Order: sequence, then C-alpha cells, then structure tokens
Amino acid sequence: MNVTRAEVAVVAVAELFRGDGEIVASPMGLIPQLGAKLARLTFEPGLLMSDGEACLVTTEGAIEGWQPFRKMLDTVVPHGRRHVVMGANQVDRFGNQNISAIGDHARPAKQLLGVRGAPGNTVNHRTSYWVPRHSKRVFVENVDIVSGVGYDNAAKAGQRFHDVHRVVTNLGVFDFATPDHSMRAVSLHPGVTADVVRAATSFALDLTEAGTTREPTAEELLFIREVLDPEAFREREVPS
Amino acid sequence: MADKRMTADDVAAELADGMTVGIGGWGSRRKPMALVRAILRSPVKDLTVVSYGGPDVGLLCAAGKVRRVVFGFVTLDSIPFDPWFSRARESGAIEVTEYDEGMFGAALSAAAQRLPFLPTRAGLGSDVTRLNLGLRTVRSPYADGEELLAVPAQELDVALVHLNRADAQGNAQYLGPDPYFDDVFCLAAKRSFVSVEKVVDTVDLTAAAPVQSLLLDRGSVDGVVETPRGAHFTTAVPDYGRDERFQRHYANCAKDLDSWPGFVDRFLSGDERAYLSEVDKFGAAA
Repeated sequence: MNVTRAEVAVVAVAELFRGDGEIVASPMGLIPQLGAKLARLTFEPGLLMSDGEACLVTTEGAIEGWQPFRKMLDTVVPHGRRHVVMGANQVDRFGNQNISAIGDHARPAKQLLGVRGAPGNTVNHRTSYWVPRHSKRVFVENVDIVSGVGYDNAAKAGQRFHDVHRVVTNLGVFDFATPDHSMRAVSLHPGVTADVVRAATSFALDLTEAGTTREPTAEELLFIREVLDPEAFREREVPS
Repeated sequence: MADKRMTADDVAAELADGMTVGIGGWGSRRKPMALVRAILRSPVKDLTVVSYGGPDVGLLCAAGKVRRVVFGFVTLDSIPFDPWFSRARESGAIEVTEYDEGMFGAALSAAAQRLPFLPTRAGLGSDVTRLNLGLRTVRSPYADGEELLAVPAQELDVALVHLNRADAQGNAQYLGPDPYFDDVFCLAAKRSFVSVEKVVDTVDLTAAAPVQSLLLDRGSVDGVVETPRGAHFTTAVPDYGRDERFQRHYANCAKDLDSWPGFVDRFLSGDERAYLSEVDKFGAAA
C-alpha cells in the first residue's frame, strides 16, 4: 500500500495520545485533529474531544458534555487532565514555542495570533506541537516571544506541572528526553535522512537514536482515507 | 422598574476619551458589532480596549480609536489574523498588554470580585511576564510556599456585550452554547451596556429556554439596545452564524489600503440601518 507522508504524520500525531485515557484532547489544526480522532477510533477510545465550540462530542457525534471557553480556562487547563497539540511559528531546542509575533514585541515585523493559551497550557498540562513545514525559520536558536514555555524557562520558574511532550513535523518526531532536556529525534519519517533534518534545523539536534516512524496499519489507513478525511485535505497540508 | 432601552449611538455617547472599554464575545463570535460601529461614528478616541479580540479590535484600530489593546489573541477564527490589528501593531500605532487567555480571565474575575489580583500559574516562565514589567508574583503563605503570578484586576469603565434576548430592564439571555466571559466583563465594569437581537417581555425569556440561559440580571446592566443582526458579521447562534463571505470581504479590503476607503464609504459611513441595507445588497450579489 502506498502510504503518503501526510498519513505517516497523522499516525505520528495519534501516537502522541497513547496512554492518555479519559482526558481532554485539544488538537489545533487539521493534521492534529485527524491524529486525535484516529487515536480515539483505535487505541485511545477514552479521549474527550470538543466540536470546536462549547460541546464535547463522541465519535458518533452525540453531545456528551459542555465545555465553554471559560470552563476550559478556569478549570480544565488548571486541573491538568488535558493534552493540547498546538502549532508553532517558532520552536527552540528546549521546546519554547512562539505564536505571538515575529521580531521585537514593541513593534513586531509580523504580528501573529498572540500568546493565546500557550503560557497557561504549558505550565499546567501535557503539550505537544505540530509543525507542517520543518525548517530553519521554525526550528530557531531562540524564539522571539516565548509563548509556550520550554524546559529551561519552566525550570527557572519552578513549574512542577510543565510537560512538553513531543514535536511532530513533516520530517519526524522529536522529544526532550535528554539529560538537559534539549531536543532529540525520536524517529524520522520513512525516506527522511538525518542530513535533511539537520539542514532544516537551526540548532544542533541529537539524531543518534532516531528510529523510523511507524507506517499506518491497514485499519488506520482505512479510517484516515474513508472516514476521517475522504477529501484528502491532509495532502495539501503535507505534500508528499 | 426602569426601562433601560437606548440606542447604539446613546451608548457611544457614554464613552469619553481615554476610557477603558471591555468588549465581550470571543474572536469572531457574538461581538457587539453594532455598538462598535456606533463608536466608529462617534468622536471618542484614545480608548484602552480589553477584548478576547476579533474584528471589534481591528475596526477600532482602523478608525484610530485605540491607544492600547489588552488581549490574549486577536483573530477572525476562520481567518487567522485581523489585518487592521496586524497593521496597527507592525506600524507601532498602538500599545499593548499581552496576556495568556487564562490570565485575561483572571484579571476580569479579580475586578468582578473587587480583589486586587488573582493568583495563577499561567504566564510564569513565558515572555508575558518578561514583557510586562508591572506584573508581580505572590508566594503561597501555606506550607507549599509556591510562587504564583498575581494577575492584577482589570477594571473597566464600560463593558459592551451582545446577547440574543433581553427584557427592557436588562435581564439578558444567551441562546447559543457558550456564554464566553460576558457576565464577568459586566461585573468588572462601572457601567455595562448589552445589545440584543430582540427585546422581549420578561416572561418570554424562559418560555422556550432554560433559566440557566439568563446570563445577566438587571442589577449589572445599565442599558439595553435592540440591534437585530447586531453581531454581524460575527456569530450570534442560534439567531445566525458568521457571515463568512462578508468577513472575507472585510479582511480582503483591510489588507489593501487602496480598497479600504471604499469599504468604509459603503458600509461604515452611514448608520446601522444603512449598514444592514448594504450588507443585504452585498449578500444578494453573491
């Protein structure tokens, strides 16, 4: 079966949620949503997911709960039983993420969304990132505005619930399981070489133990292609 | 009981230069756009706008009404960035106080509860604290001794919110799935004004909707404005959803300084009736 890079990425995102159980999964963006839904359809059936507005909905579309924005911020985030997958305009070796602005904050070269919930998410519960185009512009030495808190800044601020889990990109899967919590390659997607990743990353990255990201099972491919994304929008976000 | 009905222009006339104005809703959802449009027509300026920001922030920036924005994000939801907010930021035209979304809520809640601050972890370790030199931390007085961020109360001179229904006395109701922070905005403000799709008799508020949908009681509302489609082009479900085509038109015109004067001439130079009439023509031309 001819598997696309986008489909490998969806499965890699799904794997982020393995073992999470009955917690709120908040995937931001297309590939994260496909990944979280795939996880719930297969190995993590307990995940709670919203409709993007104020309702928690089951795989079948039944409303199973009420989760307005205020509840999210007042109780769900601080309570900690949540795993968010956010985007990142910039990310650095310690997992600091920027979605606020590029350049000087007082007068940015490019205004982005604002820090949104990233500061609170990263000091309260598990956070992962999805980067559709792994490049030196995104994987930078230092982010311009620390929105999501990385390991170095979390340690300085004494944050005991900080849990930046992994970064999934179009090239591979990365974590921070090194002695100084600097980024390490967990796996590279099939066909991606270490040199490609090095050339697309501004900082030195531990690639010594990188395996190969697993391919989707036949069942997973069926869910992705027939159920979750029959119009193949995933291929626009991650061209093969 | 006092009849608090007034017009959108009456609300705008309550604002004075330099005031701090809280605007309810969330992103491009249930924004009091008719009240914002009335402000655009008024002479008021130098406002500090406190908002989970959407096109309300962009339009006020476009009209030069804004001195400072207190925000966690500004987005049109289906379109990531508001072009006018981006322009105001990138040209250095406005000052900002940037908060995490949870900090923003804590700041409003502190004001609503008449507390000087509320403690939170959100913001610690991030550049929100590095960029805002006025922020302070507080240490837990209990055995844990944890250091927390003390988010200062965000008091408002005026709160503007848009709900689905109200009676003439100011009891107001949301019929969609999310209250956002509209009641907290009103409690954090010295004066609160609510626009609604329809003013109804008090008994009709709970005739077809549960009592939990009554978000604001009249004790925290100073004025009620009936503005059908008053959240346009943002959502006011179940009355209507976002006008995506119009929002795209707004964003496209806002991106291009050559087309912007035409947008202002057509949609924003007259009153609300003229706005809705042009919106109808725009919709019919689809």
